Amino acid sequence: MKPALFDYVAPETVEAAVAALAGDETARPLAGGQSLIPTMNFRLSAPGRLVDLRRIEALRGIAVADGTIRVGAMTRHRELETHEGANRANPLIGEVLDNVAHIAIRNRGTVGGSIAHADSAAELPCLLVATGGTVSVQGPDGSREIGADDLFRFHMTTSLAQTEILTEVRIPALPPGTGYAFEEFARRRGDYALAGVCTLLTVEDGRCGEARIAACGIGARPVRLAAAEDALRGRAVDDAARADAGEAAREYMTAPADMQAGVAYRTDLLAALVRRTVATAARRAGG
Amino acid sequence: MSTRQFGEPVQRNADPALLKGEGAFIDDISLPGALHAAFVRSEHARARIRSIDISAAESLPDVVAVYTADTIGALDVELPMLIPHPCITSGGKTQRPLARDDVFYAGQCIAMVVAVDRYTAEDACSVVEVAYEPLPVELDLEKAIADGAPPVHDDIPNNVAAHFVQESGDADAAFAAAEHTTTVRVRLERSTAAPMECRAVAARWDGVSGELTVWDSTQATISVRGGLASLFDIDEDRIRVIAPNVGGGFGQKIMMFHPDEILVPFAAMQLDRPVKYIEDRVENFIGASQERAQIHEISLAAKKDGTVLGLRDSFIHDTGAFIPYGIAIAQVASTSIAGPYRIPDIWVEMTLVYTPCVQVTPYRGCGRPQACFAIERALDRLADELGIDRTEIRRRNFIGPGEFPYEREGLLFADGLAVNYDSGEYEKALDLITETVDLAGFRKEQEAARAEGRYLGFGIGFYVEGTGLGPYEGGHVKVHPITGKVYVTTGLTSQGQGHETVFAQIAADQVGCDVRDVIFVEGDTQAHEWGVATFASRAAVVSGNAIHKAAVKARARIIAAAANMLETGEDSIELRDGRAWIVDGNRSVSLAEIATASNPLRYAFNEASQTATQFAPASTHDGPPLAEGQAPGIEETDYFSPSHATWAYGVHAAIVEFFPDTCGMEIKRYLCIHDCGNMINPMIVEGQVMGGIGQGIGGAFYERCAFDGNGTPLAANFMDFLMPYATEVPDAEILHMETPSPLNPLGIKGVGEAGTIPVSQVVASAMEDAFAPLGIAPVRESPMSPDMIHGLLAEAQSRR
Repeated sequence: MKPALFDYVAPETVEAAVAALAGDETARPLAGGQSLIPTMNFRLSAPGRLVDLRRIEALRGIAVADGTIRVGAMTRHRELETHEGANRANPLIGEVLDNVAHIAIRNRGTVGGSIAHADSAAELPCLLVATGGTVSVQGPDGSREIGADDLFRFHMTTSLAQTEILTEVRIPALPPGTGYAFEEFARRRGDYALAGVCTLLTVEDGRCGEARIAACGIGARPVRLAAAEDALRGRAVDDAARADAGEAAREYMTAPADMQAGVAYRTDLLAALVRRTVATAARRAGG
Repeated sequence: MSTRQFGEPVQRNADPALLKGEGAFIDDISLPGALHAAFVRSEHARARIRSIDISAAESLPDVVAVYTADTIGALDVELPMLIPHPCITSGGKTQRPLARDDVFYAGQCIAMVVAVDRYTAEDACSVVEVAYEPLPVELDLEKAIADGAPPVHDDIPNNVAAHFVQESGDADAAFAAAEHTTTVRVRLERSTAAPMECRAVAARWDGVSGELTVWDSTQATISVRGGLASLFDIDEDRIRVIAPNVGGGFGQKIMMFHPDEILVPFAAMQLDRPVKYIEDRVENFIGASQERAQIHEISLAAKKDGTVLGLRDSFIHDTGAFIPYGIAIAQVASTSIAGPYRIPDIWVEMTLVYTPCVQVTPYRGCGRPQACFAIERALDRLADELGIDRTEIRRRNFIGPGEFPYEREGLLFADGLAVNYDSGEYEKALDLITETVDLAGFRKEQEAARAEGRYLGFGIGFYVEGTGLGPYEGGHVKVHPITGKVYVTTGLTSQGQGHETVFAQIAADQVGCDVRDVIFVEGDTQAHEWGVATFASRAAVVSGNAIHKAAVKARARIIAAAANMLETGEDSIELRDGRAWIVDGNRSVSLAEIATASNPLRYAFNEASQTATQFAPASTHDGPPLAEGQAPGIEETDYFSPSHATWAYGVHAAIVEFFPDTCGMEIKRYLCIHDCGNMINPMIVEGQVMGGIGQGIGGAFYERCAFDGNGTPLAANFMDFLMPYATEVPDAEILHMETPSPLNPLGIKGVGEAGTIPVSQVVASAMEDAFAPLGIAPVRESPMSPDMIHGLLAEAQSRR
């Protein structure tokens, strides 16, 4: 469990980091190292050069303004989890982060690193999809913005080029009156979930207005459960509506059986988590 | 008298250093100039090796040596068969240090690289080219013994490693007389100990003195020394084996030899440089011993009132690709199968099966969790079929307190001696747990919860544990003449159990000193030459009594010397606070003064020793300074060899909530009544039991060494092998009973493995109880899992 030989650089600007990546096609950016370093130690990956982003001040910090929470890519999970302004603007953030691994890992792991790593069972990519967030990336040809729906391509694969660095994550604040819930089921507290569901909805005159539901752990990337959302809109959020939303979610299950869960179980679990989160979100929305 | 230390919750002597990071595990031991070893391991479960090309590895800079079976000389042999038994087919298969011609499991060592650091050694391993010819495999235990199954070893038909039947009484007669019989099939899967510190070995060869020093995270230093002396043909006194701080063993480190334990000392001698090997986590998961997989088919012959007359059990035991530890695990399972129940007529058949997986040797519990799961599941079933409460059926079958010693004539335990339960209060333990859990109150709560669509269940499991096996251990007690501290040694090793504290308590009680003034040394063949090892919940029983016996003798010598020094009778001496006092007086001498005065000196080097020069003031005779037959100082050694195992027992119960939508579970309460005879230190007993329960919960619901159809391990890290976190292990309520053992002077029984044994049964029993309204099929497998719960619920729904 020792990594293969690699070069290491720790530039102080995004431009220098991009240049360091561009000079070596086996180079990879290093953020918090909570995923990359274990894969290197297992020799599942062997980047020729690590470009450590920790010295780049411009990639740090959290700002809440104009209905958006702007999170520097190198912000640690724990900083965002405990950031009052961010959680006031979008209380789903804290609920999601509480489920990300353990505090020791959240102290090191970064928001940008988790999203760029794009594990299909990870919580933050699911949050980004559910909330309709965006990210900024910077490469040799300048910077661009990518919406959550266009970012996640496949398990551990994003639309970033090898020479691009994710610089900022933007999570929309929740509009007033929006109910929210995140729930996942993992074999052990803090493990990657067998399935997890983020639900946002509004209740107007006893009926569901807006609904956004996304899930992780059920396929090759985080998925919007549009059919489950459709099953709710315009209806009273009662047992029948929740059951229909759960049923509608089943079609999105594409994960194969693995050591911990067969397809039938995981599909039922997804439906259960949809029912549970819809109930919680509706209650919080005042419905 | 000093306050008696035996029975007190004395804080552990070892903890301050460990908690401050001042422990010295093998990787902490600095060996200047040390080289580091890494292994090329088989990627296939079963294959012929066509060729091994080490040339690229050898030519890498900073690689010092690359060894294969061809270059390890006399070590290229099958390793020792540790515990032979006549029932083992063809004497039994053991592995070679490095594979020759064939590999038998994925993870088997093929080549060893020695380099200046572990990074380089791993780089070199990655460029060793091994060409394999993969062979077919069969991992299913029942299919593996069928005709035509692919063999693990070409000369072992049907993969049967051993076959053995044990009988007590006449099971056929019992079944003929039965009013009701029930048969249950249970299956337990592979698991592993996963100690926090993986295995580790370091060795230094001193070519000038011809001395080999080996640091080995073993549970058996003395036995390792014997093996090394034999394999290397070196006199025992030239080999020193040290087990320093060791981070958990749980049986995995009793297995010797893992190949590195031989190859690392070999390389140190060959290269004349210290060599270190620190096993990494993946290697521990694929290359270190595992345990647990068994399939039992157990039948009970009963009367309508639930009295069990007879038991038949036929079980298959997975021994992996090799059988170095013999039939020990299966033998423990076969002799624990009747639990605390009277059951007079027993027939047990065991079939040990070779599978293309890493070898199976004892892991905490050692066959007992399997046996407990089988008998307890069967008893639950019998109760359900006869319409008798699950606790009541146990009550009707317990061996009563007046029936001890209770022998199961014909059943031989792992020490080769008849199963003979020495003492116990089984029914009292059951009463205590049902009262503590308030079973009647729980039933009301359960009913109310069901009305809300919630599923709570009560599970219970009883177990017995044969502990404290022979053959023997020694105790050595000495009073240091200068410091007056009491130096105690034994031939065991510690993996964190608290030996240094409990053995200090035993010695301190006799010599009348503070527990902190006992220096305790083990795990070093130079400190103590004679003994066996730490395993089978035996350390406290066997070494504890040996140390007690030696300390009693030391006490007598201290009192005799002190009486002479204080010019009084021996009856007038009491020992406390590190001194010998005249009873009801204020005159005393210290242990240091007594030890000094018991050792005639030529040269005075401190005040106390001035009185000891030329003559010994503690001596009572007029002859030479040291009388004929007298030894200098205060120093005694004694040994304890138990007549047979002493049987501890206990009962666990739990209230568990199961969630039908997520298929998860939450243990709301976990209770344990435990009886290990007289407790030396109840805090340490509680720690042992709690740790065992945690490991048992892992075994019941989380941990599984899975393999794919090709025999490739699927759980080789802690993301896939789900050792429970603190969040998955509830605070258990642990209550003690103390029924002394009549088999040893201290009246103690072992406790090391206890906590792990009944947990799978408790969870399974609770699951059936919780989901009874849904009509699920009986729970027959361990570990359980959400996926399994889902299957049970789905199957029940399809039947409704």
